[in-house]
Amino acid sequence: MSGVVLHVWRQAAPATPGRFERYQVEGVTAEMSFLEVLDLLNETLRARHEEPIAFDHDCREGICGACGMVINGRPHGPRRATTACQLHMRHFPPGVEIWVEPWRAKAFPVIKDLVVDRRAFDRIIQAGGFVSVRTGSAPEANAIPVRKHDADLAMDAAACIGCGACVAACPNASAMLFVGAKVAHLGLLPQGQPERYQRARQMVEMMEAEGFGACTNHGECMAACPKEISIDFIAALNRDYLRAAFGAYPSEGAGEPTEG
Amino acid sequence: MELRAQVPSGPLEERWTRHRSEIQLVAPANKPKHHIIVVGSGLAGASAAASLAELGYEVSCFCFQDSPRRAHSIAAQGGINAAKNYQNDGDSVFRLFHDTIKGGDFRAREANVYRLAEISTQIIDQCVAQGVPFAREYGGLLANRSFGGVQVSRTFYARGQTGQQLLLGAYQALSRQIGRGKVRMYARHEMLDLVVAQGAARGIIARDLVSGARTAHVADAVVLATGGYANVYYLSTNARGCNATAIWRAYRRGAAFANPCFTQIHPTCIPPAGHHQSKLTLMSESLRNDGRIWVPLQAGDTRAADQIPDAERDYYLERQYPSYGNLVPRDVASRRAKDVCDQGRGVGPGGRGVYLDLRDAMARLGRHVIVERYGNLFEMYERITGEDPYQVPMRIYPAPHYTMGGLWVDYHLMSTVPGLFVIGEANFSDHGANRLGASALMQGLADGYFVLPYTIGHYLAQAALPKMDAGHAAVRDTDAQVDERLRTLLAGKGRHGADHFHRELGKVMWDECGMSRRAEGLKAAIERIRALREEFQADLYVGGSGAELNQSLEHAGRVADFLEVGELLCQDALHRDESCGCHFRDEYQTPDGEARRDDARFSYVAAWQFMGAGKPPMLHKEPLSFEVVHPSQRSYK
Repeated sequence: MSGVVLHVWRQAAPATPGRFERYQVEGVTAEMSFLEVLDLLNETLRARHEEPIAFDHDCREGICGACGMVINGRPHGPRRATTACQLHMRHFPPGVEIWVEPWRAKAFPVIKDLVVDRRAFDRIIQAGGFVSVRTGSAPEANAIPVRKHDADLAMDAAACIGCGACVAACPNASAMLFVGAKVAHLGLLPQGQPERYQRARQMVEMMEAEGFGACTNHGECMAACPKEISIDFIAALNRDYLRAAFGAYPSEGAGEPTEG
Repeated sequence: MELRAQVPSGPLEERWTRHRSEIQLVAPANKPKHHIIVVGSGLAGASAAASLAELGYEVSCFCFQDSPRRAHSIAAQGGINAAKNYQNDGDSVFRLFHDTIKGGDFRAREANVYRLAEISTQIIDQCVAQGVPFAREYGGLLANRSFGGVQVSRTFYARGQTGQQLLLGAYQALSRQIGRGKVRMYARHEMLDLVVAQGAARGIIARDLVSGARTAHVADAVVLATGGYANVYYLSTNARGCNATAIWRAYRRGAAFANPCFTQIHPTCIPPAGHHQSKLTLMSESLRNDGRIWVPLQAGDTRAADQIPDAERDYYLERQYPSYGNLVPRDVASRRAKDVCDQGRGVGPGGRGVYLDLRDAMARLGRHVIVERYGNLFEMYERITGEDPYQVPMRIYPAPHYTMGGLWVDYHLMSTVPGLFVIGEANFSDHGANRLGASALMQGLADGYFVLPYTIGHYLAQAALPKMDAGHAAVRDTDAQVDERLRTLLAGKGRHGADHFHRELGKVMWDECGMSRRAEGLKAAIERIRALREEFQADLYVGGSGAELNQSLEHAGRVADFLEVGELLCQDALHRDESCGCHFRDEYQTPDGEARRDDARFSYVAAWQFMGAGKPPMLHKEPLSFEVVHPSQRSYK
């Protein structure tokens, strides 16, 4: 492996039109990660005093969720359960042409090149993706046993890294897998029960307000998820949401009190 | 400058409880009148920001990532220690305290470490209540595992993603407060300087990384929770964005920097593959519970691992340390790996690697147990190396991972600048010269949930702070200096991006100030770093403008600061004529290659004060006295 052709989406600012730009990158080795190829390209661009490609990345070990780009039409690229930062070039044939573009979703506006604004995810969590427990008020950790099966399942859901690949993969740009994972994680544990249904409702309402689409069961989200979060959690979310919506759990006064 | 540690008196085990009841409180009605800035949103920062907001303070929190959930605590794998003694194996607060003091090679403050051990149990309670899905036994109670450097099982874990789950717990607590309007969150904002007025920390200058706008934020206190500086080595297990700018700027404004040379090289990382390697990935130390570390007995043995019979393998840790075996502390494990590679017995490309082999554990416990315990780590290894660790033993090599040094703080976690508090990895406080596994998460959360919320109140209750706004001369001056620094960087029209200089710096640091250090090498390194700084000034190219998202500019600013951090690190390593913990000076070792401490001369915290650009920093010493644990030579044999 040495030469690779990249077609990279370049967009200077949110309101500026973007376009694909073709780059020939030399000196690529099989051991390099995909982001290291972008590093290499950026070094070359800088040396030519051209503008390097902006992209989000941080831990480079597949856990922080910062990196995210569509590689050859698939969020995070062709490998199962692999973030872009963990995608290695040995999985591409020599001389390959690779198309790279940002997440495309109304709720994730492009900031620059491959960088998008994912704060909508944070606002969904702020709407209810937590257990309301004040520091210092917790009971003894072993006071409430949790079935190992439930704890394991909660962990499966909690493994979400908040990268947004599910939204990018969904034809409706729905965030149901992201929301479902959090609702299931907390709803499977005894600690999450008191706020379970209001959590589901508040998070779904915020998701809709942020402009994410509805789920129509394509399952693309699960296929793209680097942590292989199951769409079973969407079904669980729907159940909790329906219970909340059909009145068993009052909507008024169910939100956070302003004091205390 | 005077180092006043403010350690309370009385019996060790009563100090924190008593002190907590004696320090001053801020009345509930007054808390909303105090604005506190928290920089960083990792375990320490997020837990502090959430807890302070719950108490009623007005809080602003800053992070350079696009979301507070991405702080590098997220990448911690193995676990978090707590003295719960759920395993009935003889653990106690005292034992955790003792292990931590000893593991740190007697270079930490007793009172701080005792407090940490005491608080550890509350942390687990708090996290479970938040919904952290810790591993559990079939009976529904919490599971534990053991970790390096100790002989009890006190580590709580959530698969190999403990840091992620603890951080999400803190992030969710923080999110709740953001949603309630009690915390103002500034994501994609980087702190570029500290504002000090009338001798007290009163705010920060931050840059909005999207628009490039500089903004001034005024407060009654500033909390730095900005992590460590291991990226001074360029290649480390830290995230690419981890940087020392916040603590370095605070150092330049008067906060003493303590024990910069105490940097931890983690023994179990995936070895680098080539020149373009951008970071190193840790394989959790928990693998050492079931994995056996070995190299071929003979130098130059190039047979595949499965072709080498047991008799021709050297399980060197088990051989040299029969009582701790593969679970010796990190500093010891790293140095021994270097030794066997220096002897030509290393494996893999370039001979810089040793085997971490789970073959025997798989035979003993069954593959399914190994999958459950380490499945995600094995997958990660396979993704990076292309090798299947179920078939071929993993190759590992030490890599920079954590920095025990950091800004000096007193018992209240306040730096030498009044009103500037430093928590988590950014401070120097609890790990001495070497941190034990699963103790970083413990310290970050102890500081943020259970120490700072009390001690900061004590400061605010008695500090008579004049009213101040963003128009204050101190704010304007600081902002002008930041502006000047950014302009200088942007003016660079040389040949190299910041990466080039960062890589060069990292090589010098790794070669001369890494796992082992010598006076001659350190002197040469200091000269080389000074020269590199000049090259940086003359030959840097940044490009773009300051009024947009400019990642080259961000990186250049961080590298400029690393080029100064590196020199201080080497100076500290040079002055400390002893070996202790992770600081190993070749000149000071026992006949069998262990660290030789010099308690008569170096039983102190080295706190460096900035004296002005181009001037040597001034060394201040905080003597360490051990009233409860008597310093001895660590022995893990």
